[in-house]
Amino acid sequence: MTRGMLKKMSLPHGGKLVDRCRLTDSVEINRSNVLYVDRDRAEDIENIAHGVFSPLEGFLCYNDLENVMENMRLEDDTPWTIPILLDVDREKLLDFKGSDRIFLVNKENGLVAEMEIEEIYQVEKKKVAQKIYGTIDTSHPGVANLYGMNDMFIGGKITLLKEGRKEFEKYTLWPRETRVLFKEKGWRDIVAFQTRNPPHIGHEYVQKTALTFVDGLFINPLVGRKKKGDFKDEVILSAYNALIKNYYPRDRAVLAVICTSMKYAGPREAIHHAIMRKNFGCTHFIVGRDHAGVGNFYGPYDAHEIFSNFPDLGIIPLFFRSFFYCKKCGGVVNEKICSHSEEDRINFSGTKIRAMLREGKIPPEDMMRKEVAQAILSFDNPFVE
Amino acid sequence: MVEKKFTTISIPTALAEKIKKRIEGTGFHSLSAYVTYVLREVLASMEEEEADEAFTKEEEEKIKERLRALGYLD
Repeated sequence: MTRGMLKKMSLPHGGKLVDRCRLTDSVEINRSNVLYVDRDRAEDIENIAHGVFSPLEGFLCYNDLENVMENMRLEDDTPWTIPILLDVDREKLLDFKGSDRIFLVNKENGLVAEMEIEEIYQVEKKKVAQKIYGTIDTSHPGVANLYGMNDMFIGGKITLLKEGRKEFEKYTLWPRETRVLFKEKGWRDIVAFQTRNPPHIGHEYVQKTALTFVDGLFINPLVGRKKKGDFKDEVILSAYNALIKNYYPRDRAVLAVICTSMKYAGPREAIHHAIMRKNFGCTHFIVGRDHAGVGNFYGPYDAHEIFSNFPDLGIIPLFFRSFFYCKKCGGVVNEKICSHSEEDRINFSGTKIRAMLREGKIPPEDMMRKEVAQAILSFDNPFVE
Repeated sequence: MVEKKFTTISIPTALAEKIKKRIEGTGFHSLSAYVTYVLREVLASMEEEEADEAFTKEEEEKIKERLRALGYLD
């Protein structure tokens, strides 16, 4: 009997894994009650329906939003730090007059969901920006995105009727599936790693350090809307496959994607990332330096400190400080365990690695595994145009 | 603006004094903040212990089939 069979699976956030899927082959839509949603909102809908955002059963109503802003908790005291909102054009609302149910449709991927309108409300975007992002500066991408939304919002439960087409079907696992997978593998303690980039040696060091103390590693790249110059999602997956195949023990790592947009909300988003991974069945979550940060909006370890506000989070954060190659230590270390000077240290510069790959060069082996670099360079253009 | 909802709980004065001393110089700014923190922690650990299995055998088999088809399980 494995250790995993001796203990129940870790509890989803809020106590129960949400399932708002009522999939059907024939969906009859009342055209006047349709709200077309973009890719980000379609991803939110699927994440709610499949329990990634448990305990949310729909888009936030005003009281929950206020509580998330003021207390970093839902109205029922469950920790929650990032508002999941559905905005709507004022004129469109006239079409819904008198209806308490609408259909949410994404034209691009064919997703269809039904929504019970519980509340329609207006928010002061400046206030939301200040509370969630800690700034109203529009150079912050999360703030800019919020300001680009309509002024009116709809709150209420959703039901997924038709799944959207997936770009990475093979790598799409939902919390119900990962929970069964981890149980089958006999994993009790699972550490999740959030990423948006192909792995360099520093990432490998962090993952393997964490894996030393748990049963399994869940590598969970965030795929979705990207910025120009970012690595393409398929490149990240291919690079990780190369790393796992060549350098990880068989049956100790699982690679699957999570489809949601980055909010760049720094510390608040670190909590959100941890909650999502808790719902996937993970017991630990790696939090690095400036997790989910952008520019200089957050302190390098704000995303570590925020966890002290949540004794009831239900997932253990594993904090990593800056890591680097130390010539004197002769390996990858971090500032907590290395006494040598800055001159002895070689930092893992994402910019430097990116520049080399852009020129078609393989970075040095103390920066990136050869197999990983080759996987990246096998793409004509690994970067988002 | 959402009204913040609080309630009053009585604890022995001596205990309250001990806690006040305990939280001096920590990040806790009040007795209430500390008690709230501890109670949240205790409740969360109790809920964890009471967790039930989430799936029926049939659901689990169906999921395993998909995991095999995707190559996650042998």
